[in-house]
Amino acid sequence: MSKPIKTLFLFLFLFAAPAGTVIAVQPDEVLDDPALEARARAISTELRCVVCQNQSIDDSDAELARDLRLLVRERLVAGDTDDEVVDYIVARYGDFVLLRPPWQPNTYALWLTPPIMAFAIATLAVMFFRAYQRRRVAGMGLDPLSPDDRAELDALVERVAASTPPASGERSPFRAELEEGLKSPPEDDESATEEAPEYGTPDVETPDVETTQQNDPRS
Amino acid sequence: MRRLLVILPVAVFAALVGLMFALLTDDERNEDLSRLPSPLIGKPAPVIDLPPVNADIPGGFATRDLQARVSLVNVFASWCVPCLAEHPFIARLAEQGVPVYGINHRDKPKDAARWLRRHGNPYTAVGADSDARASLDWGVTGVPETFIINAEGVITYKHTGPITAKDLKTKILPKLQEAAGG
Repeated sequence: MSKPIKTLFLFLFLFAAPAGTVIAVQPDEVLDDPALEARARAISTELRCVVCQNQSIDDSDAELARDLRLLVRERLVAGDTDDEVVDYIVARYGDFVLLRPPWQPNTYALWLTPPIMAFAIATLAVMFFRAYQRRRVAGMGLDPLSPDDRAELDALVERVAASTPPASGERSPFRAELEEGLKSPPEDDESATEEAPEYGTPDVETPDVETTQQNDPRS
Repeated sequence: MRRLLVILPVAVFAALVGLMFALLTDDERNEDLSRLPSPLIGKPAPVIDLPPVNADIPGGFATRDLQARVSLVNVFASWCVPCLAEHPFIARLAEQGVPVYGINHRDKPKDAARWLRRHGNPYTAVGADSDARASLDWGVTGVPETFIINAEGVITYKHTGPITAKDLKTKILPKLQEAAGG
C-alpha cells in the first residue's frame, strides 16, 4: 500500500475506536467488590456532574465528579441502599444532579408537554385530512347532489318501486333505459376530470373516476 | 374563522420570538439562572469539623462555631483567581464586624499560608479542606462560594462565584440584614 492510503487507514481505525470504552473512572477508585462496583457505576451514570452540567459523573474528568464518584462508593461500602446514596447527594446539590428529572409538581409540565403536543398534532392532522377528503369528494361533483340530481334520483327510485319484476332473461324497460343513459357520459364526470388538476395529481385521480364509472352499470 | 386560522400561528410565533428575545437579553436573570439554587438554603448548615491549615493561621472550625450570631462561610483557595478578586470585599465585611469563616478548598497548607500572608487574613478562622470532602457536604460546585448563616446556624443565602462591589451592595449586605432578622 502507498503511504497516503496507509495513513488514511490509520485515521479510520482511530475514529473506529469504540467511544464507549472511554470512561473517566480511575483504577484507584474501583471497589474490590464487583457487585458494589456495578451498583456504583449504575448510580454514577444517573448523576449529573454539576460543573460540566451535561455529563454524568461517570463520564466526567472534573475533580468534583471524581469526588462524587468516591462519595457514592463510600456510602455504598457504608451499607447505604442505592436510593439512600442518591438522596444523600440530592440533599446537597438539588434535583439538578439527577439526569432523569423526578415526577413531581414542578416537573409536571416538563413530562406532560411532549405527549400533549403529540396528541394535539395527531388530532389536527386527522382533522385536516378529513377536511381535505371531504373537499376532494365535493370537487368531483359526487356529493352533495344538486336539487336536480336529487329529483331525478327520487323519480328513478319511485319508478323502480312501481315497476313489476321482469321475467328471467328479459331486460326490463327501466334497465334498458338506464344502460342507454350510461353510454353517453354524464356531464358531471367531465367536470370532475377538468377539476382534477387543481389538486396537482391528475394521474392518480383519473383512474378513480374511471373505476366508479365502470362499476356503476353492474349495480 | 379562516382569517383567524392564518393570523393565529403568526401571532403565536411572534409572541414566542418576543418571549425568547426578552429572556435571552435579560442578563441579570440569566446570571441567576446559570447558577444553581442550593437545596441547603433554609436548612441547618451541614456538620463539618475542619482542622487548621497550619500553626500560623488561626483556625480550625466546626459547624457548631457558627451559632449565636450571623456569620459568613467563604470557600476559597490560593490557586483560585476569582477568590483573589473578591478578597478585598471579604476583608471589608470582616472589618464591619461580620465573622467570616474560610473553607480552604483543595489547597496545600504552604500555599494557603503564603496567600493569606500576602493578601491579608480577614478570616475569623480558616479550616483546611484539602480533600474537598467538607465542600462536598456543603454542595459546593466551585470556588469561590459564600454562605450566609443566621444565628440559629441555618443557611439563609448562598452566593456562587466571586463577590463584586455590586453583589456586595445588592445581595450580600441586604441578605446579611435579613439573616439578622432586620
